[in-house]
Amino acid sequence: MSAIISISNLSKTYEGGFQALKSINLDIRTGEILALLGPNGAGKTTLISIICGLVSPTSGTVTVSGFDIIQDYRQTRREIGLVPQELSLGAFEKAWDTLRFSRGLFGQKPDDVYLEQLLKDLSLWDKKDNELRTLSGGMKRRVLIAKALSHEPKILFLDEPTAGVDVELRKDMWDIVNKLRDSGVTIILTTHYIEEAEQIADRVGVINAGELLLVDDKDKLMKGLGRKQLIIELKDPIDKVPESLDSYAIELADDGQELIYTYDTQGKSTGITSVLQDLHAAGLTMKDLNTTQSSLQDIFVHLVQDNKSNA
Amino acid sequence: MNIQAVKVIYKYEMLRTWHTLFQSIASPVLSTALYFIVFGSAIGSRIQAVDGVSYGLFIVPGLMMLSLLTQSVSNASFGIFFPKFTGTVYEIMSAPISFFEITVGYVGAAASKSLIIGVIILITASFFVDLRIEHPVWMVTFLILTCVSFSLLGFIIGLWANDFEKLQVVPLLIITPLVFLGGTFYSVSMLPPIWQNITLFNPVLYLVSGFRWSFFEVSDVNVGISLAVILLFLAICSAIVWWMFKTGYRLKQ
Ligand SMILES: Nc1ncnc2c1ncn2[C@@H]1O[C@H](COP(=O)(O)OP(=O)(O)OP(=O)(O)O)[C@@H](O)[C@H]1O
Ligand SMILES: [Mg+2]
Repeated sequence: MSAIISISNLSKTYEGGFQALKSINLDIRTGEILALLGPNGAGKTTLISIICGLVSPTSGTVTVSGFDIIQDYRQTRREIGLVPQELSLGAFEKAWDTLRFSRGLFGQKPDDVYLEQLLKDLSLWDKKDNELRTLSGGMKRRVLIAKALSHEPKILFLDEPTAGVDVELRKDMWDIVNKLRDSGVTIILTTHYIEEAEQIADRVGVINAGELLLVDDKDKLMKGLGRKQLIIELKDPIDKVPESLDSYAIELADDGQELIYTYDTQGKSTGITSVLQDLHAAGLTMKDLNTTQSSLQDIFVHLVQDNKSNA
Repeated sequence: MNIQAVKVIYKYEMLRTWHTLFQSIASPVLSTALYFIVFGSAIGSRIQAVDGVSYGLFIVPGLMMLSLLTQSVSNASFGIFFPKFTGTVYEIMSAPISFFEITVGYVGAAASKSLIIGVIILITASFFVDLRIEHPVWMVTFLILTCVSFSLLGFIIGLWANDFEKLQVVPLLIITPLVFLGGTFYSVSMLPPIWQNITLFNPVLYLVSGFRWSFFEVSDVNVGISLAVILLFLAICSAIVWWMFKTGYRLKQ
């Protein structure tokens, strides 16, 4: 598949000397949904801002459809729609007016039929004459999406689209994203949540402390990342893991009060049922059960370590 | 050239005025009327004619300048400061639009508003005095040049200001004194010689003088010099705006 965005050796050092991006290389494929996964301050917004023209790169190049983002900014920006992380919207304008403004700003002739359809798709049509300040947070986010799509871009950036969004709207959002993808729009979104990347993306890029640690197809990545732990709290503490449970990846913790079983969510079976059966057979009684997902932080630690040992 | 973008920025900015139409028109009309009552009639009746022009009539160009300058600066500075303040400027910065087009949109709209206000003041003034304009074409030329160059100045202030205080302090501390000391309500020849020389460094003097000449053919400085100074001022402001966008000053990291 061809790359619609090509990033090479991109670095950014902010005024004051902080290096937010360290020589990023990344090809974004036409028509894909790419999730950029990373903790706070990883550099996700910085990366997006550079591509969109909000931040100047310190070194390196980015091309969009073969055009350079600085020399040929008119060509590249026309193709891009950006939904920013912050809910940056005017207060007293009407939704409809702000949409027409956005469309014109990106050089497109007015097209009220298209904008009407857009508002309808985003369930905003009945709010079109409302002043923006009277809309709820979720609606504002949808207005921002509508603004980003108002000029019919080929590429859509969604910077943390689900921050402060309820389950319902999140589902709507993914429906919208899928629909857009079906219509051929390339989508790049950022998120803190593995589950979210897993649900929606074709590929996932993991970014931490300004470095792109890896980019891979979601399915492959999730195999490595999707580890969970089952924590079994015991009624009575034990000294060592019973022999009958040796074949499992089980560790003893909390002075023998807890058994921790690590399993792979992507595997054929989790093995939980047989662990519990064997536990019972070994004569142990449980007090409580818990599961935890390996945290993003854990995963980064793993990835960084892997990176180093591979190097 | 992204004509659509210039159009929507212009339209959007004009629309903003439309929402506050009453204030936009009422305040210049009211203040002009007050000035005429106080300076034109009450005090003016005791002041002798200046250069053969009755005092009430003499202050018309100065009064217009006073409003034009303050309105241009405040309109243009708010126009660009506000999107910066609310964060919506991200959209402008990410649009396929050049700094020139952004400037034309914002400054064009601010200048248009001032122009409209200028006309309104002129009409208001005509109710108080018997207006005469000796050189209408020059009058309009000075009017437009003033609106554009001071809207540019306002635009610079709006780009530069990073809080509301700066946005308000500059017009208050710089524009107002310059206007009052620039011969708005008097002829510079009425000042003591030393002040006459100091005043020559005030660009507003040249504006008012040239503008007044287009009305009554009386001026403090040669009209050609007035024109040259306005054009120079325009050029300096344009250069500053160009530099600000070039370096992404307070807009781009
Ligand atoms: N204008 C700026 N000046 C200086 N440093 C900045 C600036 N903007 C961002 N940074 C720094 O760059 C780093 C990356 O920031 P960025 O906003 O790209 O992170 P992010 O991955 O989007 O984080 P989040 O998930 O919190 O949105 C952070 O350490 C941040 O403090
Ligand atoms: Mg961010």
